[in-house]
Amino acid sequence: MHESRPVRMLFGSGSIVFALLLTSLVLLATGTNPVAAYSNILQGAFGSADVAANVIVSWVPLMLVTSGLLVTFTVGLWNIGIEGQITLGAIFTVWAERELANAGLPPGLVIALAMLAGAAGGALWAMLAGVLKAFGGVNEIFGGLGLNFVATALNLWLIFGPWKRPGIASMSGTLPFDPSLWMPTITPQSRLAIIPVIIALVGIVFVFILLKGSYFGLQLKAVGKNPRAAYILGIPTWQRMMTAFALCGAFAGLAGGVQVTAVYHRLIPSISSGYGYSGLLVAMLANYSAIASVPVALFFAALNVGSIQLPIVLKLDSSLAGVIQGFLVLFVLLGNGIRTRIFGRQDSHGARPARSKRSKSGRQCEGDDHE
Amino acid sequence: MKSIRIFFLLTLILVASSGLFAQGAPKAAGSNLTIGLLMVGPYNDHGWSQANYEGMQYVIAKVPGTKLVYIDKVNPADRPGTTASQLGESLVAQGARFVAFTSDDMTDEAIKFAQAHPEIFVIMTSGDQQWKEGKAYKPLANMINIMGRMEYGKMIAGVAAAMTTKTGQIGYLGPLINDETRRLASSVYLGARYAWVNYLKKDPAQLKFRVTWIGYWFNIPGVTSDPTQVVDEFFNSGCDVVISGIDTTEAVTEASKYHSQGKDVWAIPYDYTKAMDEGKSVSLGVPYFNWGPAYVKAAKDAMAGTWQSHFEWNDPDWKNINNVDTSAVGFKKGVLTVNASQTVDKFVKELAGGLNLWKGPLNLQDGTQYLAAGKAATDLQIWYLPQLLQGMTGQSVSK
Repeated sequence: MHESRPVRMLFGSGSIVFALLLTSLVLLATGTNPVAAYSNILQGAFGSADVAANVIVSWVPLMLVTSGLLVTFTVGLWNIGIEGQITLGAIFTVWAERELANAGLPPGLVIALAMLAGAAGGALWAMLAGVLKAFGGVNEIFGGLGLNFVATALNLWLIFGPWKRPGIASMSGTLPFDPSLWMPTITPQSRLAIIPVIIALVGIVFVFILLKGSYFGLQLKAVGKNPRAAYILGIPTWQRMMTAFALCGAFAGLAGGVQVTAVYHRLIPSISSGYGYSGLLVAMLANYSAIASVPVALFFAALNVGSIQLPIVLKLDSSLAGVIQGFLVLFVLLGNGIRTRIFGRQDSHGARPARSKRSKSGRQCEGDDHE
Repeated sequence: MKSIRIFFLLTLILVASSGLFAQGAPKAAGSNLTIGLLMVGPYNDHGWSQANYEGMQYVIAKVPGTKLVYIDKVNPADRPGTTASQLGESLVAQGARFVAFTSDDMTDEAIKFAQAHPEIFVIMTSGDQQWKEGKAYKPLANMINIMGRMEYGKMIAGVAAAMTTKTGQIGYLGPLINDETRRLASSVYLGARYAWVNYLKKDPAQLKFRVTWIGYWFNIPGVTSDPTQVVDEFFNSGCDVVISGIDTTEAVTEASKYHSQGKDVWAIPYDYTKAMDEGKSVSLGVPYFNWGPAYVKAAKDAMAGTWQSHFEWNDPDWKNINNVDTSAVGFKKGVLTVNASQTVDKFVKELAGGLNLWKGPLNLQDGTQYLAAGKAATDLQIWYLPQLLQGMTGQSVSK
């Protein structure tokens, strides 16, 4: 049976309807009017220029993280360690700002160097997961999870130890940087800095071109589809995986840098803000498409910001936003599964991880060939 | 000519007054005021946040024309990706013209918010930014700081603990280490030592007072030390009274568990007048904040246009420290023995009569002199206590 475009649209929209229906049932069970909840989220996200700016502020790190994840997904990797990579990006950014704050450099240059340091920190941390996979045989999911814990511990140690406020160890984080080292905002009162928005947009365009229009991107896809076949065809598989890890980590590190320079202006314990895990959901919901991930990330950011109204207005917990996001991803994945059962597999939607097709990493493939 | 002079004079006055106005307090809110409240923990935590929440509910009950919008769990673990100033703006979007940031962890964001919104009345509870003599002075015309002199409540708690302990070992469950928490832990010690020496006539060297910090005002799994385990460690290592300095009630809950197993242990919770409800059979009492009266005054000032930036550190009402309309801090007694209960009453009377335990000779934990014999500590010396006091065991400074 052939799968037509309307059928795909039907499955896509059906998934959203089911997710909203189920969330509405949850709301009704708690005695809340779903319409009121949804309209409050909408109002909270787009009700004024200020809250809309907050949505963009939230969109930037989410978009950066998703951009990176699209690369690792393409090469068939579940980079669960992305949270740790954001954290390390933030740590490197703070380290650079601390070191350069009194170096006599122009503030703009300090911020730029700090962001680059953040990207490098994220990339290095991601490559550690890559090394564990390629040379230690550690699955990237477990390696990434382990590294996330290490990153959190390192972050807390810095906040409560070497970088603590004078005499005080506080969950509120390190001392804020001087305002001259904050990313400039569009107006003094606004929270929105335009440079991170540009970085995020350039980032996703870069990933789109990389994956859709470059030989390198084609190699990544080949490794993602079947690393063993890719290796036989002469593609250096483990090197491509390491590069994908490094790229993803760099994007995550930039997200961490944005959190430091444009949002919190200091290092805080939960500096990653869960954007790594949200990015995984965004990429899945967008069906691993760079173009679709832009509005999906915006939707997630709007849910995050808009849901703040729930506890304020309806006395509901704002984690409802997470419920909606979770249901959406679940139903989209379920819809895809049902569609595949009915119409068979049709790989026309670009890259996606296809882990079921293989069991070993590229490095291990090389080893196999030597056996 | 005269009219020209008058014209210039009037112009000068207008320009000067407009300049003053630009830097001055926000305009009077008038007869209706929506109050925004940001709490660090859940609004019903039976601790610090609930005390603040009920303080604002008291305002709503006492001041006609006021209404409350609030958001709780304003901390990096519960609301990742948001900032307190952003959440404050969400309350402003709901009509708030008066916003209270009620945790010292919100200080940076409260300052950002106050600077960005000079038209909004801002309370930074427990802060010292508007204390002209303070170390963190940052003049902001729209901000006031409110704090209760909990040092008294903690001293009373120390007396209750010393009069009850059988092992002579008292544990203090501390949150994070800062000026406020050091001076509160030290106040407990001063009260305990005073009772130990003056009422029980015992050698002060025999009183063991240990402080363990968990790292935050409440438990954050994977981030802070688990307060339940810290309390267990206290009880398993000889302490029979644990005094809580954190915002939640683990000390009481664990004491109840041990008590039900037949062990003679007690706890003293903190912050909230009904915190003993979690374990009435083991709670010796509770030192608590009563934010209502100070918040009422601030709200009335905002409405009437009499708001002036300032710092206030409010005393208990010594006529009745549990008077909800007048006392900033209080102490509710729990399961004290008759003797201990009478001693606590006696101590409160002594405090009301002028007894000052923050008086030399007192040394800091490392042995350096804090106060010479007979010298009373100034407010600044108490507020910015640099270490725990000599005789206390535990970390003085975050390492």
